[in-house]
Amino acid sequence: MFLKVAWLVMRKDLTVEVRSREIVYTTVFFAVACVLVFAFALVKEGRPLEDAAAGIMWISVAFAGTLALGRTFERERHSETLRALMLAPVSRPAIYVGKLLGIVLLLLIVEAVLVPLVGLLFHAPIWNRPLLLIALLVSGTVGFSAVGTLFAAMLVRARSRDVMLPILLYPITIPVIIAGVRGTAALFEAVPAVDLAQMWLALLGFFDVVFVTLSLWTFEPLMTE
Amino acid sequence: MKKSYPLFVLLAVVLFSVAPVMVAQAPYEATMGLVQKIFYYHVPSAMVMFLSAFICGVASAVYLFKARPEADRIAAAAAELTVVFGLIVLVTGPLWARRAWGVWWQWDARLTSTLLMWMIFVAYLLVRRFGGPGAEKLGAAMAVFGMANVPFVYVSVNIWRTIHPTTRVVPTLSPGMRGPFWFCAIAFMLLFGLLLAVRARLEQRRADVEHLYLLADEE
Repeated sequence: MFLKVAWLVMRKDLTVEVRSREIVYTTVFFAVACVLVFAFALVKEGRPLEDAAAGIMWISVAFAGTLALGRTFERERHSETLRALMLAPVSRPAIYVGKLLGIVLLLLIVEAVLVPLVGLLFHAPIWNRPLLLIALLVSGTVGFSAVGTLFAAMLVRARSRDVMLPILLYPITIPVIIAGVRGTAALFEAVPAVDLAQMWLALLGFFDVVFVTLSLWTFEPLMTE
Repeated sequence: MKKSYPLFVLLAVVLFSVAPVMVAQAPYEATMGLVQKIFYYHVPSAMVMFLSAFICGVASAVYLFKARPEADRIAAAAAELTVVFGLIVLVTGPLWARRAWGVWWQWDARLTSTLLMWMIFVAYLLVRRFGGPGAEKLGAAMAVFGMANVPFVYVSVNIWRTIHPTTRVVPTLSPGMRGPFWFCAIAFMLLFGLLLAVRARLEQRRADVEHLYLLADEE
């Protein structure tokens, strides 16, 4: 039942998205624009600074993620559909998981465009350890979205929600950014530092477990009016 | 409780006027000399900051799950005090670092995690102030997540090297320094307790006034 509800919520979000493709297009374009802006700051005499690729990649993901989170819940607010979802006689944590999966999938699509682009523009060896890189990206995205989905859902009712989301989200998700950037930078070295990347991956996994659990636990009291 | 406030205020005034004398008489540290005296204000403020953050996190969790308005008032008061004492830590720290390490700021584990924790509580205050109706719950979630975040921030930043002295410094202090240090720590704790009680009471009064307005409107 739980998984079925989560699946249905996710499918609803994806169906809406597939029909308009608004969030995917705008978020991908925003992420690419971010990469270009950072390129002007971090490329010197035609060569990127050391570790710039990993940093640019994760900052673009975080910025684009905030945009996607805001838009996804703005859509729910527009015709009070979030209230309708909350009124449905199903478990609230299942709704949260459904929303989370939708956001994670969306961000993974953005990353699928972003990562090769960063690799191309900054000569980053993304094929060094592709599986480990994918694992870092997925676990980082899950951690970022776990906190983001909860806060964005709460902020639907709040005033000045567009400003509040980044203010709340960035301080909390700093460990994800640090682990993601450092882990990816370790992989992008000429001789990939696999142990280091694996250690950061473990930290990200631990972060995901703690924050998904905490979100599931607090979603119910937080969404009750 | 209310009647004992003047007594505690007096006690705090006495402690804070005696503290500089005790600090002045404490022995000089061998390598850092006079600058090391910042320690007597820096470390107690940091202790109070962490205590206050912890109180805020626990009170927020109680508010979230038990929906008790008192807990929310304590959390709000503790968050404000975390920011205030955190500011003392973040101002005295660089002053000391400039002389001891030669730089104002180092991106080491303890500094970075303290700054981040401070930012989480600033965000808490911002969301309470500008979040509109229902912002208390948002703030409570921020405090609970912020508390859960502390170990992660610490571990993740710790992998860069640390030059900040660890907490093991305190038990190994020389006897001449130990007295003034604990005196200052007690003074700061007392001040914190007093401010927390007064601030939580103020919130309580505000809630009472609001309630009376509502009653008057209904009539």
